[in-house]
Amino acid sequence: MVENKNIFEIRDFNIYYVDFKAVSNITLDIEAYRITAIIGPSGCGKSTLLRSLNRMNDLITTSRVEGKVFFKGIDIYHRDTDVIELRKRVGMVFQKPNPFPSSVYENVAYGPRIRGINKKSLLDEIVENALIRADLWKEVKDKVHESGMSLSGGQMQRLCIARSLAQEPEVLLFDEPTSALDPISTANIENLLQELQKTITIVIVTHNMQQAARISNYTAFMYLGELIEFGDTDTIFVNPHHKLTEEYITGRFG
Amino acid sequence: MAIFDDELIALRERILKLGCMVENAIRDSVRSLVERDSELAGEVIKRDHLINALEVGIDEECVRLIALRQPMARDLRLITTAMKITTDLERMGDLAVNIAERAIELNEEPQLKPFVNIPKMAEISQKMVRDALDAFVKGCSVLPYEVIKRDDEVDDLTVKNFEELLALMIQNPGIIPLAVKRTYVAKYLERIADHATNIAEMIIYMCKGKMIRHMEIP
Repeated sequence: MVENKNIFEIRDFNIYYVDFKAVSNITLDIEAYRITAIIGPSGCGKSTLLRSLNRMNDLITTSRVEGKVFFKGIDIYHRDTDVIELRKRVGMVFQKPNPFPSSVYENVAYGPRIRGINKKSLLDEIVENALIRADLWKEVKDKVHESGMSLSGGQMQRLCIARSLAQEPEVLLFDEPTSALDPISTANIENLLQELQKTITIVIVTHNMQQAARISNYTAFMYLGELIEFGDTDTIFVNPHHKLTEEYITGRFG
Repeated sequence: MAIFDDELIALRERILKLGCMVENAIRDSVRSLVERDSELAGEVIKRDHLINALEVGIDEECVRLIALRQPMARDLRLITTAMKITTDLERMGDLAVNIAERAIELNEEPQLKPFVNIPKMAEISQKMVRDALDAFVKGCSVLPYEVIKRDDEVDDLTVKNFEELLALMIQNPGIIPLAVKRTYVAKYLERIADHATNIAEMIIYMCKGKMIRHMEIP
């Protein structure tokens, strides 16, 4: 049997906030070990869709879903799904860096500790590895016991990525991860995402179209909760097929 | 994006202006030959630097727009097309200069025979340039496809012109220097039509996002 290259299969998926339909009838495949970008104007449902992939949206009590999301063939909205386990395998990094008010080390060790790893030598190794993978180790190796809050914005965001990586996720969801960062820190994060893509799958919501064009393999364009167009990033930015996509990416929307 | 839209309109207008100048150069160079007007030929040669300057100006503007406006999709295709077709237009200008140079040389000598094929070729290739640029401004239609098809007519006339001159050269080898220069002129026009074809192909890319170069057109 050929292994399925799609890590997520979203099928006829709807998300409501009370009566408001934020995500409407979306069917979309997310390919493993690729970067998929979701773009679209504010309020188009892209963050809602992203958060539904590890059921972060469950935390909004008024939300409810219809349709299916399969993660490696498993229906993640099935009542037997272990949401904690799901969120370990599908991690998330947010717009504003949000390190815990503790040391760099403790930020990264937090997840493994909760999983019951307490042996210092093993924790040291996990922390170092996660910081290396997040391209932060060189900058913090002499101050891992200082507060994570003392780092620069770009470093804090990489710390958050390291914290996620310590859980050894298979997918990382990024919600506007560089919108609060300067161009150099943004470039660092973009390089990092392309490096991480070799070992994990990345889905990123971004308002920065050039960012989607620079780093993603696939781009989805959403509008008013619907998926208008999905395809190779090359096609979307050079020769989109849908008029709405064209208008949005050329800045002539509305 | 209003500023960008204005800039794209201005870019289109500059390309049209360049197209006009090139069309005039082709027309005048052939006229200087047919009407044995070496003064007009001299003007074509003198005016060429204006075409070159405008080409450079358009290229610089395209680079500026790419850097500052980060064009996407159809805007990107418009600007990359503009960059490519100005190169073709400028080359056509050079070929018109070549025709004018041959005209000055041929006008020094007695006329071999009246021109029949060359004015026809000039007319067709001028129309090809005009239609290609019309398509550039008005967007896609059948025009660029027609331009591409008409290239065959010019190719056929090139062969016909050569065969006729060859027959004369065999009869009378004394005319070879003059006849060869006339085949050059036909060759220049044939190249001009090829450049017009390139432009038409790029316009199809601009409209449809599909490269049709080096492919057979059904």
